[in-house]
Amino acid sequence: MHSAISIQNITKNYGALTALDDISLVIEPGEFFGLLGPNGAGKTTLISILAGLVRPDRGHAAIMGADVQKGFRDARRMLGVVPQELVFDPFFTVRETLRFQSGYFGIRNNDAWIDEIMANLDLINKADSNMRSLSGGMKRRVLVAQALVHRPPVIILDEPTAGVDVELRQSLWQFISRLNQDGHTIVLTTHYLEEAEALCQRIAMLKQGKIVALDTTANLLARHGSVKKDGEGKTDLEDVFVNIMSGSTL
Amino acid sequence: MKNALNKPILEYGSGFPTLLRKEIKRFYKVAFQTVAAPVLTAILYLMIFGHVLEGKEIYGRLSYTAFLIPGLVMMTVLQNAFANTSSSLIQSKVTGNLVFVLLAPLSHFEFYSAYILAAVFRGIVVGLGVLLITAWYGLPSIEYPLWILTFAFLGAAILGSLGLIAGIWADKYDQLAAFQNFFIMPATMLSGVFYSIHSLPPAWQIVSHFNPFFYMIDGFRFGFFGVSDISPWTSLAIVGSFFIAVSVIALRMLQKGYKLRH
Repeated sequence: MHSAISIQNITKNYGALTALDDISLVIEPGEFFGLLGPNGAGKTTLISILAGLVRPDRGHAAIMGADVQKGFRDARRMLGVVPQELVFDPFFTVRETLRFQSGYFGIRNNDAWIDEIMANLDLINKADSNMRSLSGGMKRRVLVAQALVHRPPVIILDEPTAGVDVELRQSLWQFISRLNQDGHTIVLTTHYLEEAEALCQRIAMLKQGKIVALDTTANLLARHGSVKKDGEGKTDLEDVFVNIMSGSTL
Repeated sequence: MKNALNKPILEYGSGFPTLLRKEIKRFYKVAFQTVAAPVLTAILYLMIFGHVLEGKEIYGRLSYTAFLIPGLVMMTVLQNAFANTSSSLIQSKVTGNLVFVLLAPLSHFEFYSAYILAAVFRGIVVGLGVLLITAWYGLPSIEYPLWILTFAFLGAAILGSLGLIAGIWADKYDQLAAFQNFFIMPATMLSGVFYSIHSLPPAWQIVSHFNPFFYMIDGFRFGFFGVSDISPWTSLAIVGSFFIAVSVIALRMLQKGYKLRH
């Protein structure tokens, strides 16, 4: 059985800046995986390489065994990406947007699945609304729906809860958790470390284009956590993150 | 939600028909701006130039208005084909929603074909609109409809390709406007839409022969009247070669991911 995501020795430079420096990583099917790091660490570049939006200078990446460059059709069919920015096409309604996205993947007569996704994301009442008229939270839900419209086994969410209210964050995580329980591989980047701690089974931390930590969430907490000064309260992922990024536990 | 992975395996087809439909629907949704407005502009040209140059004969037998109508139709076809691809791409790039197309398993050839056919469709729809409205002045004769269709298709495909190239190249709206105002507009206006190049001084006649848009207009006009400034076969060879050249450039840009996939 293929790995959900396989990354081998990926390097990407933008002029003098090395965005990714010889990154290798394997994510197995069914994992809920966290990709963490400060701004500029290379998370979005890595996701963009997996999505085929950025071409690496060196190395290879594959989705469910399909190379993202040579086997781009299969790789992209296996992958759903929720982009970080709230992007949308202002010409179309929610339903049109989802139908077009389905059609881009060569899937026609997909309305039953589109309705099911919209129902799960509470978008049914907005199905015929123009994308321009939606709130930021609703636009975020449409982005999630677009990523799922072709039923990809691997889903990448690039900071999906940035600027999202608490209610939507919770309903979004419930939905994503259900997808993971159904067998989808989920890769998440977020700056809300309590979310990553609660959801992710395994975590990689990136710093200046390199993986500086890669382990199960439990092991990271056990190995890199620090005892609180007051001796009370347990170590959380934020402590681990700060320790690793400052280099104090490496 | 039911177990999505346990659903029957989906049959994947090509994304090309959907991308084509989306590009057509995009301009249809703003048809007042994309269809009605250019038709009105062409009518204004016809009213003004037709009035000013009334009584002038071209090729010794055609009224100036009859001569002008096919040129205006073709100019409208070309300008709208360019506008369709260029505006769609620059808007999608600036707003960021081009990512939805780039994430899909579309080949560079499917991407190119969908955008170009949508541009051809818009160009021909608007051109037909001009032709029908100007029928009030008297429809020109149609001697060789196949030549008309051939040059309309090739001209629109060329301008659609140029629009695609410009839309990919431009990072900002003003860069695209510069491409349109300093290259496309002069090349179309000086292509013989409003005059026969035989009415120009010899030096300008030679210069006109270096303008590929001249051959599109002249070949298109030949389909209506059976007369033209140069042989339609020469025009076809030049227009066909130009189409191949711009298509190769556009396809290479898409294949390389120039300014699209970094």
